[in-house]
Amino acid sequence: MRILGISAFYHDSAAALLVDGRPVAAAQEERFTRRKHDQRFPESAVRYCLAEGGVGLDDVDHVVFFEKPLLKFERLLETYLANAPRGFGQFKTAMPVWLKDKLFQKAAIAKALLPMSVSGDVERKLLFAEHHQSHAASAFFASPFEEAVVLTMDGVGEWATTSVAIGHGNTLETVREIRWPHSLGLLYSAFTYYTGFKVNSGEYKVMGLAPYGVPRFKDLILEKVVKLKPDGSFWLDQSYFDYTTGLTMTSRKFHDLFGGPPRDSTQPLGQREMDLAASVQAVTEEIVLRITRELARAYGIPNLCLSGGVALNCVANGKVLRDRAFERVWVQPAAGDAGGALGAAYAAHYLHLNRPRVVWNALDGMDGAYLGPAFAQSDIEDRLMRAGARFAVHGEIDTLERSVDALERGDAVGWFQGRMEFGPRALGARSILGDPRNPEMQKTLNLKIKYRESFRPFAPSVLAEHVADWFEIGEPSPYMLMVADLRPEHRRAMSETEEKLFGIEKLNVPRSSVPAITHVDYSARIQTVHKETNPRYHALIDAFRARTGCPMLVNTSFNVRGEPIVGTPEDAFRCFMGTEMETLVVGNCVLSKSEQNQAFAEDYKAKFELD
Amino acid sequence: MLSLVKELALYMSARRKWWLAPVIGTLVLVGGLLTLAQGSALAPFIYTVF
Repeated sequence: MRILGISAFYHDSAAALLVDGRPVAAAQEERFTRRKHDQRFPESAVRYCLAEGGVGLDDVDHVVFFEKPLLKFERLLETYLANAPRGFGQFKTAMPVWLKDKLFQKAAIAKALLPMSVSGDVERKLLFAEHHQSHAASAFFASPFEEAVVLTMDGVGEWATTSVAIGHGNTLETVREIRWPHSLGLLYSAFTYYTGFKVNSGEYKVMGLAPYGVPRFKDLILEKVVKLKPDGSFWLDQSYFDYTTGLTMTSRKFHDLFGGPPRDSTQPLGQREMDLAASVQAVTEEIVLRITRELARAYGIPNLCLSGGVALNCVANGKVLRDRAFERVWVQPAAGDAGGALGAAYAAHYLHLNRPRVVWNALDGMDGAYLGPAFAQSDIEDRLMRAGARFAVHGEIDTLERSVDALERGDAVGWFQGRMEFGPRALGARSILGDPRNPEMQKTLNLKIKYRESFRPFAPSVLAEHVADWFEIGEPSPYMLMVADLRPEHRRAMSETEEKLFGIEKLNVPRSSVPAITHVDYSARIQTVHKETNPRYHALIDAFRARTGCPMLVNTSFNVRGEPIVGTPEDAFRCFMGTEMETLVVGNCVLSKSEQNQAFAEDYKAKFELD
Repeated sequence: MLSLVKELALYMSARRKWWLAPVIGTLVLVGGLLTLAQGSALAPFIYTVF
């Protein structure tokens, strides 16, 4: 049984191919088109998935879209009706988009797929899953659990913004829902907007900013804006928001409550923004923990699966894990809407076609999330040659040793190996790596390579077998979706003067023996690296450990600010030449910046709109 | 277009929301006029709720 899942038309469009219940390929369209968060029909991703599976569209049994457009239209109309005459501003913006395009999504999907089909038999194969059903299916059916409580939280799909389902074998039954306009994702997005970041991409910046602040607005939020019940269910006072009727996230009443208009993105970040970030993060954690405790109590199932955009909040995930209401917690690595493509395919396979459940390996069914395109060594050499790169080809062990040499020297190393990751995180296939012990590494990577805000921390890739020696976590976290604290013996005690520092001033004080990955609150966003899913990356970190005693590397995505993660060796070479990265390793090809033709250096960062 | 009308009818029957038919008719009419009057616009500061 071959099922193609598609998510598109909102943000992060993607495709995934499921063969007999196993994901064989999945990729986001942005990686091919080089347009961040590309929402257009994922033609390149679909073509890639079919090629990777060695099938044509006519061999596919079903094509499943990740949500139901008519239910979304229903939500819009009922919202406009309930709020009329307010809301005309949004109505007149939304209606042309719907009447021209979005009401015809079924026809648009069929039309886009038709050139890939010889038989022309496309429309009959189309199915539509519900948005939160897709999220829930992507979390449960890819998890290693036979039975689990599945919690999905995001901005909004059709009506649901939070849903709870019970997964058992090949079934998944929704048991609770919180509906539009009451949404934890939209609450977080409202504060993202208010603190001057871009909605739907700046949320992780708010999360990164939170540890610099004090949650002094938490009580105010819970008193005025969010009515939170003991079981975690919540109600948002809509008079503080503008998203149901207007074209911004927050209302004047919201601005009055928090003491001023939203920050202009060109203005510097201040302590107030940090305190706002800390406050919304604290409220989010409070809500998520109340929900998970209630679900553990109500259903008595020891396993929890998480998905939806809010499940990318790895700080909250780490708290859920440490709370121990559930024994095991598994988070879908593509928890955002891109993962809906995979979830929709799963929903068709198990829920529509009632196929028997398959759990593929002990870790989970995602193969480490390495579901994207790979390039053979000979192909890499051809492509780099055509791009004008100068490189040396080494044996596998030699390549690792030279990479470790570069890391020890303090180089930022571009690391392009094997199949690309599915989901927003780079997990050692399309990554930029560095030495976490180097006190300058965080600043160097942020300002000279990524061209992004200096407050943002980096994540460590740690050998799974050593993670407990360094961090207060005993479980695997293969997808960088859990935050845990550094163990006390690796921390550096603060002097009295340093303790008194406030906000961003804290950044320049090294807090541990691995300062590049230690956030100001001693936390780290951990990726455990497993021999079973990425043996080459594991071998690299192990070689670094053998030389230095440090079983981890700094890992950040291979891109600059505003750019999609690199997809091909040519993308990698361009990014390498456009930044101050010193070494690039693609397959077994090793490139040094000093040996390159400087004519290929370009003002790379100006090419991408800032996120 | 015909298949969309058929789908809308199926949807209203499945959701038992026939009362939405005149609402859809009116709103589509107003929306249609708006569409004719202007090009599509993007909402820059809002989560993609529509």
